[in-house]
Amino acid sequence: MGWFERLTGRERSAKKAKDRLRLVLIHDRTDLPPARLEALKDELIAVISRYVEIEPQAVEIQLSQDGREQYLVANIPLKSPGRRRS
Amino acid sequence: MGKVLTITSGKGGVGKTTTTANIGAALAGLGKKVVCIDADIGLRNLDLVLGLENRIVYDLVDVVEGRCRLRQAMIRDKRLPELYLIPAAQTRDKTAVSPSDMVEICDELRREFDWVLIDSPAGIERGFRNAIAPADEVVVVTNPEVSSVRDADRIIGLIEAEEKGPARLIINRLDPRMVRSGDMLSVEDVVELLAIELLGVIPEDESIVINTNRGMPVVLNPKSKAGQAFHNIARRLLGEKVPFMPIEEESGGLRKLLGRWLRGG
Ligand SMILES: Nc1ncnc2c1ncn2[C@@H]1O[C@H](COP(=O)(O)OP(=O)(O)O)[C@@H](O)[C@H]1O
Ligand SMILES: [Mg+2]
Repeated sequence: MGWFERLTGRERSAKKAKDRLRLVLIHDRTDLPPARLEALKDELIAVISRYVEIEPQAVEIQLSQDGREQYLVANIPLKSPGRRRS
Repeated sequence: MGKVLTITSGKGGVGKTTTTANIGAALAGLGKKVVCIDADIGLRNLDLVLGLENRIVYDLVDVVEGRCRLRQAMIRDKRLPELYLIPAAQTRDKTAVSPSDMVEICDELRREFDWVLIDSPAGIERGFRNAIAPADEVVVVTNPEVSSVRDADRIIGLIEAEEKGPARLIINRLDPRMVRSGDMLSVEDVVELLAIELLGVIPEDESIVINTNRGMPVVLNPKSKAGQAFHNIARRLLGEKVPFMPIEEESGGLRKLLGRWLRGG
């Protein structure tokens, strides 16, 4: 936080613009709106659960980027063997 | 063999025509043989910005439809040794020209000129496709402002899809004072968001308005900051390593005082 934010409790407009653009560009580039990403996540959980036990609530899936390359990054924790029988 | 450089943007009014006229004049001033094509059919403007509006006889559509030879549609700018304009038709629309017409015309021009600059219309449709079809290099112009950056991103994606990339970026109308106060996206912000190579930064400059009123490219005015920035872009296009001008800012009174106080002076 810069001095302006501290003093006024308000965010500078350029920072706000950059944050908003960052989000909107990710979705523009992939043509994957947030709601479709949610649907993809649900299906992914269903498919993976057929093969291995996972923690559905802990699954994270998001778009990330490196330059203009876009990646779909999934973090899918498996259920630990210790807890399996509990 | 000359190079075809297309200047495009996505959003309208960000400075494509101004940029085309000034890069053209700057390259011609550096001894290159240059032709600028106004591809904004139906919304002719490059002639006016270059101050050549009274000399138009034939236009791009006349060439395409065989009413004149290519040479007859070229207007020479007498202020510079080798700068020519091929104007757009004013009373037709973009469908009067096809991407393959543009490729054919540019193939002919490439043999004679060092640089063929194409001023693209706004938008992502036919006019844009006409403008990038013959391109060897593409420059995207944007302003440091949300809609224009978003549209630039879309255009950059389309340029990649047409295998004309990677495009390079010109940020136009940057106001250093607003950047400093945190109310305008900075050069770094825009470059980070769009993730393409920066070709140049043009400051907001009233000399552009004044020179455009007169039909004289601002690069012909040695005192203009924007003119200098365009000149640097032309040199970078020729492969020179020109350092980016520090977007030098007039320090305000308070800032100077604070600076002195912080430095203990
Ligand atoms: N750096 C600048 N400083 C001040 N005015 C500018 C600058 N760049 C462009 N303009 C003005 O903005 C308007 C739109 O520019 P133009 O080159 O016609 O944009 P486009 O071709 O992208 O529609 C014109 O009136 C022009 O004079
Ligand atoms: Mg224009």
